[in-house]
Amino acid sequence: MSGGVEIRVRVAEAEPVADGIKRLRLVPVDGGHLPVFSGGSHIVVSMQDGERRIRNSYSLMGSPRDTAGYEITVLKTPESRGGSIYIHEHAKVGLELTISYPLNLFPAAHRARKHLLLAGGIGITPFIPIMAELDEAGATFELHYAMRSAKLGAYADRLAERYGRRVRLYRSDQGQRIPVGDLLSNQKLGTHLYVCGPERMIEGVVLAARAAGWPGENVHLERFVAPPGGDPFKARLARSNIEVEVGPHTTLLEAVEAAGVDAAYLCRGGVCGQCETDVIACDGTLVHNDHFLTEAEHKAGKKLMICVSRFKGRELVLDL
Amino acid sequence: MLVSDIKSRPVYQGLRFDPKARRHLVAADDEGAIAVEALAGEGGDTFARNATVLYTGRDDGRARIEALKTDAVYVTPTVPTLLTRLDVILAAAGMTDRLYVAGDEGFIGQVVALGMRHGIDHVSIRTEHRGSLQRRVQCVHCKGITEGVTTSIATCAHCGLHLIVRDHYSRRLAAFMGVCADAEEPGVLPPVEEIFK
Amino acid sequence: MAAIAFKPGTYRDDFTFRNSEEAIRHFPFPFDKDSYMYAVNIEQHMPGPKKSATEFPIDVDEHYVAEMADRAMVLKEDPLRCQSQPHMITAEWDLLELLMSSMARDYPEHFALLRDGDRWHWINRPLGIEHRFTFGDTTTLPYGPMEYITRQCQGDFCLLDQRNDNLWMDAGIVTTQADWSLDFNLGMDFMEWHGPVPLAHDLGVFDRALKFLLNLQQGRPVRRLNWTMTVNPRLDTSPENYHKWGKDRASVTPENVGEKVHLRVELQALWRLPRSNAIVFSIRAYLIAMREVVTVPKWGRRLHRVLESLPPELVDYKGLTRYRDYTVAYLADYDDGAPTSPGFGPD
Repeated sequence: MSGGVEIRVRVAEAEPVADGIKRLRLVPVDGGHLPVFSGGSHIVVSMQDGERRIRNSYSLMGSPRDTAGYEITVLKTPESRGGSIYIHEHAKVGLELTISYPLNLFPAAHRARKHLLLAGGIGITPFIPIMAELDEAGATFELHYAMRSAKLGAYADRLAERYGRRVRLYRSDQGQRIPVGDLLSNQKLGTHLYVCGPERMIEGVVLAARAAGWPGENVHLERFVAPPGGDPFKARLARSNIEVEVGPHTTLLEAVEAAGVDAAYLCRGGVCGQCETDVIACDGTLVHNDHFLTEAEHKAGKKLMICVSRFKGRELVLDL
Repeated sequence: MLVSDIKSRPVYQGLRFDPKARRHLVAADDEGAIAVEALAGEGGDTFARNATVLYTGRDDGRARIEALKTDAVYVTPTVPTLLTRLDVILAAAGMTDRLYVAGDEGFIGQVVALGMRHGIDHVSIRTEHRGSLQRRVQCVHCKGITEGVTTSIATCAHCGLHLIVRDHYSRRLAAFMGVCADAEEPGVLPPVEEIFK
Repeated sequence: MAAIAFKPGTYRDDFTFRNSEEAIRHFPFPFDKDSYMYAVNIEQHMPGPKKSATEFPIDVDEHYVAEMADRAMVLKEDPLRCQSQPHMITAEWDLLELLMSSMARDYPEHFALLRDGDRWHWINRPLGIEHRFTFGDTTTLPYGPMEYITRQCQGDFCLLDQRNDNLWMDAGIVTTQADWSLDFNLGMDFMEWHGPVPLAHDLGVFDRALKFLLNLQQGRPVRRLNWTMTVNPRLDTSPENYHKWGKDRASVTPENVGEKVHLRVELQALWRLPRSNAIVFSIRAYLIAMREVVTVPKWGRRLHRVLESLPPELVDYKGLTRYRDYTVAYLADYDDGAPTSPGFGPD
């Protein structure tokens, strides 16, 4: 229960949308309604893969007003910790899963005069309900959506059809790029910029915005990352007085949970701060992968976000 | 820099030059001109070529501003006429333009509030406190604003109540809160002290 | 559930407000020990004991009709008590849904909500209101959604927008407040609107509370209790009207303490709202006269000890300076020195 209220759901639809991209529709097992959500929200999906419990976060991409079911899109990433592979191989109609309540770490700025949305690849998903909301509210927005090829551009046709000139598509296999510099140079006051896509794209847009003189307050990033793997390591949990082993493809949080210790979490993507854990002793190097702690806190080494961060060295003791 | 432990009072960080901004929109009153001088010193030619400065206040400040030879200078007779002109400039401004303001607290507050009405986040506006510590005070009873309050107790310019000036500041109103000073025992006022000079 | 017998009563002029014996039992007494200091006393807003103020998420009690009449009077005199910035309209609808669905579910004798898609039909029997409207269409309500429903629900409500890792008070209806002004605080962030509170900033209370609230989840509301004291059962102790009610504070005498001095407890609850990602902060004020407090022996003893040991900054901030000593003296007669049991409830 440390991640909050959970809901049992069943896969009602599972269809491929593009190469290696699968859309799932999840409906409540008890036949009731799911909570209304706001555009930009994600849910944590818990999967039971044999002995292993995998929990991954996915953006909700259906209509925020559709409470009969939630939709998520899953990109198959072979190097991942297994969640996306599990879904691609096992998530067929009828499979039961557990999901969390929606949590929004990438909301639209309600006061914006205009919303400029930049998506790269699978990063399109949070923008689908955001655009639905903005459209319903009569807000001004523009989507610039970059994809490697038409085949990899999930939902591109559907969005172009629905929103017409407010959607622009860019295919890198045809040498097309989002003209970020030009886009940023002539926006009126009160415009907000959002970017979701590969880490490199996010960094690029952030740099471009800074170079163009945009204030950081108007730039919003969907930062939330799939936890990276790494070398295996051990950690001792002082309060529980046990030691856990963290494999190359599992996270510290998962290892803690597998050992039966109840640790707080929400986003499982290094953003929300809920799993902040005190480091009691550390003989080695903390590998911080989160976007929550400040640089100074990373350097100080007193805290660790156990959902995404790791450790290299001899001994790590945590206050858990 | 104005150091204060009033939690709702903005922190005026100083006019740091933003080399990335395409245009620099600067508002200043009286001693704010000294801060603009320093800003121009930091920004050099780039600043001068791309700066629009709006000024209201004493002649010495005006001379300082005019000596900077910025792209455009507007000297206005009063704060409201400065705000009217800035309002139109901001209506045409873009995300790559930066707003700066220097002067006394009431002046900064009014320029920041105007910027916010144009969709600028208040954090994006660079501010520097210069000059008097006098306060703009809103009477919480009649909602009237009394300018230039320097004393712990002031008379509301609108409804005439004696107001005690609370250490609580509203960015939206660009004013401190004034609350009736003798509500509990009408006619019995604490001593008046000049404390916001 | 038995229907509530709504009581007449006024919160101004002749002050005919009184608590029934049942209402005294229902009162959310805020002290779980014999002294008081700030703490992040936030807990899950789970259903409390039957007949208590926390039995249901939105509490309706015997004062409902009288309180709504008082709110209407405050708003007629001063419409600035209800304000909402344009970007909060979705949060207003979220609030309307939360309040209507809670009240209809938990008090079916008094309220009903029939939903057919976006077409909603609301019945409020105590106030004699029946209205059909389209959810999401403001032109189908006589007021904005927040004002419409909060004119029918006890307690003040503030809607907080979440952005830049902070919460911003961008809408609210505030007519039963302990000396703070919505008009003044509108648009402030969490630290700013708590600015005037003494001591707690240094204790880090607000930093911790903000961090907690930024991750507040849908479906997991939280609550806390806050308290102050008020002379006469006056709900509208606003700064706006301080020049009218301030003299009440000088009217307390050793003879009238029991009648005049009231403990004022705020049951504050916070919900994450689904469509807007905003938070609603509800502040429900309960009043109880000293002579009513001492009918519960444990409360009389404990309040005596709390007031006697209250730090001077808090005495001043809560506006008790003029009448604290009289109140302590009055309560001393009900404190036999016996130990009190832990927890909030009567022994």
